[in-house]
Parts: sequence; C-alpha cells; structure tokens
Amino acid sequence: MNNVWELFLDSFPKILLPGLTMTIPLTVISFSIAMVIAVIAAMIVYVKVPVLTPLIRGYIWIFRGTPLLVQLFVVFYGLPRVGVLIAPFPAAVIVFSLNEGAYCAETVRAALEAVPTGQFEAGYCVGMSFLQTMRRIVLPQAMRTAFPPLSNSLISMVKDTSLAANITVTEMFMVTQRIVARTYEPLLLYVEVGLIYLIFSTALTFIQRAGEKRLSAYTARG
Amino acid sequence: MVLEVKNLTKSFHGQQVLKGIDLSVDAGDATVILGPSGAGKTTLLRCMNFLETADGGEITFDGRTRPIQEMTKKEIRAYRMNTAFVFQGFNLFLNKNALANVTEGLTVVRKTDKATAKRIGMEALARVGLADHADKYPHQLSGGQQQRVAIARALATDPEIIFFDEPTSALDPELTGEVLSVMRSLAADGMTMLIVTHEIEFARTVSNRIVFMEDGRVVEAGETKRIFTHPEKERTTAFLKLQETLSKEEEQP
Repeated sequence: MNNVWELFLDSFPKILLPGLTMTIPLTVISFSIAMVIAVIAAMIVYVKVPVLTPLIRGYIWIFRGTPLLVQLFVVFYGLPRVGVLIAPFPAAVIVFSLNEGAYCAETVRAALEAVPTGQFEAGYCVGMSFLQTMRRIVLPQAMRTAFPPLSNSLISMVKDTSLAANITVTEMFMVTQRIVARTYEPLLLYVEVGLIYLIFSTALTFIQRAGEKRLSAYTARG
Repeated sequence: MVLEVKNLTKSFHGQQVLKGIDLSVDAGDATVILGPSGAGKTTLLRCMNFLETADGGEITFDGRTRPIQEMTKKEIRAYRMNTAFVFQGFNLFLNKNALANVTEGLTVVRKTDKATAKRIGMEALARVGLADHADKYPHQLSGGQQQRVAIARALATDPEIIFFDEPTSALDPELTGEVLSVMRSLAADGMTMLIVTHEIEFARTVSNRIVFMEDGRVVEAGETKRIFTHPEKERTTAFLKLQETLSKEEEQP
C-alpha cells in the first residue's frame, strides 16, 4: 500500500507537467482559433451570404458528422500520403480548431438568432450600419447567450485533447500510458490522470461562473 | 416643410397595404396619424424610415426629392441620421445602460467625442426626467422609463423629425401618462413629430394636425381642431365617435 501511495505522489508531477505544457496550450490555442472560426461562420450563415453559406454548412456537416479521432488520423497519418506532412502538435491544433469551430458556429448562430430583430432596427434608426450594429449591439448580446454552451464545449475539449495521444502528441494521457507500461499499475495511474482532468474541468467551471457573473450586468437574471 | 412623401405604395405577399399615400409634415408640426387597426399606419411609418422598403413613391427631405426605390444605402443612412424613431416595444440596446443608449448614435455614428456625447446624453435624459437613472440597464427600468430613455435617444442626435410608432401601446395604463407628458412637452418645444397612436385625447389636445387613414389610404387630413369638430368624411366622423365612446367606457369604474 505504501508503495502505491509513493507511486501516486511520484507520478503526479510527471503527469501534471505535460498537462500544463501540452494539454492546456493545445486547448487554449485550438479553442481561440475555434472561436474566430465560429463567429465568422455563424455570421455568414446568419446573414445568408450567397456561395459562402453552403460552403460553411458543408464544413459544419463534415466536422460534426465524423469522429474526432478519424479526423486526427486523416490529417496526421493520411495527408502525408499526398505530401502534406504536419508535425503532431500543429496537426492536433488544426483538427481541434476545425472540429470545435463547427460545433461552436452552430451555438453562436442560434444565439444570434435569439437576439430580437428590434435591436437591429434600433441600431439602423440611430444611423448605425449593419456591421456597427452587429459588433456593438447584437454580437455582444449573442455572446452572452452563447457563453454557457460555449463553456460546455471548452470543458469537453479539455478532455478530448487526450485523443491527441493517438497522433504522438506527448500530452497527459500519453505520458500516463508510458508510466503504466513501466510500472504495471493501470488502475492507479488512469484514475490519477482522470483526477487531473477533473481538476482542470473544475477550474474551468469556476471560471465559467465568474465569467457569467461579469456578463450578467445587463440581464434580468443578474 | 420638413418631410413629404408622395404616392407611397407597399404590398405584403401580394396584398396592397399602402395604396398611394401622400403626406407632408411641416417644421414644428405634431402630426398624429389616426385610423382603425390594419389601416397601414405602422407600415407607413416604417416605410418612411426605411425599416420596410416601399414598392414605390417619392420622398422629399432636406429640399431633395428622390424616388424611394432609387435611394442608395448611403442616402438612407444620411436620412436616418437626421431622423429618429421611437418604437412601440422601446427597442433599447439591452447591453447598454440608459446613458450609453442615448450616446451610441453620437459616438459611433457622428464620432462625437466622449465628453461632449456624455453632456448631450445627460441633457437628453434630464429632458425626459431620467437623469438619475443614467447608469441603469433597460431591465432595471419600468416600461414607461424605457420608453422615455428611447425618446431621449431620439432627441440626442437633434433630428429634424421624430417618428413615434404607437409609443404607449405596450405600456400599462398607469405608465402611459409619463410618456405622453414627455411628448406633450416636446410638442410645446416645437419638435417636429409624426405620431401613430390610439390615444385620442392626446391627439386632440397635443397635435396640431391629424391624418386619418383607412384601408391603406389617407381618408382625410387637416388641422386637429377642424377634424375633431367638422370632419368632412363620414368615415372620420364614425371613427372619432367610436373612439370617444370607447374612451368614455374606459373612464367608468
């Protein structure tokens, strides 16, 4: 028993370290890019821009309709077949951004559609353009609505980054697997890595709550 | 004359809602558009600020006459910068406090500097009696207060005309008074206003011109006193009589 406890304490920093240097950067970078994709894609579909709208719909269809793991394999193991070689970390960023962007685009679009049309009309009547009204009035309100489901997506993503182990990104899960291979303690170590994911998710839940509180200044739920 | 429309037409799904409207508003006029539901009053007002695009007609503003269909986005924006609109449902910017609602058109559209915009905004809020509510968000204000902020927002950009689309219809009876009294004071100050309302007493006592509409047409237009005492058209007489009976019934306990 003593031995087990020692292994736990000994492996904890070894697993946590790639969490801090890989899992978190991978999540933060990918989610930031995903947000940019989501807002742009959502606005295109919301406004029904010709030509671009069906393209965006096709993109969302593909990335929501196929497994994340398959997407990772296509980009990392498949593309070199046609001469496109991408290092593990950037490949993971590309796939996670596009995948998350597709989901979040739908969230943001729904939130945009929930903003009353009167907000646009009021913007026009004080002389604002479509883009000014969008940026200053409608999008901030939509992002407030979208904040809880987007937080949800972010928390999912932290856990999904474990899939990057499959394309040789040395993130937490891969490091754990290596330690298991050495120590033959799968139960302890996999529970341990799960615990660290739980710590990350819990931290994000607290950040979400604080964020919602800050954003709630203008909502009746205040 | 501030604003004139000629032969304005509009259809929705093949049904003609406005059948050639002629209407002009002089500077300092408080014109009330009266008429039964479905007469096209709100559609007319929305067409006059391009919230709906009319099918045909001309608009004269700032001495320039333009066919409505030919007006460019730029012309429409310039026109909107010199007009203002007060909605039935207030439509305050929900993510902005009262002062920011009022100053948005100044800082964003006219590039007024912040200090000047704030001064103008506070003056406008004071004019509607809400200077001490400047930092409140729409959800923290009553309907009547929200509509007064909306009026302050309309005033802030110093428009040549303000359109009011049933400004008290969404309010509880006890809240309509505060909005009407603000509008009364604007009329007294000589603000040019074009108002769609069902408040017959307000029309009688505050406006100086009445336009009576029915079924997409202007039935009769003229000086308020004349319309109320000697309406020329039978339809106008019948409408005013009915409205009077209704408002009397309301007064009874």
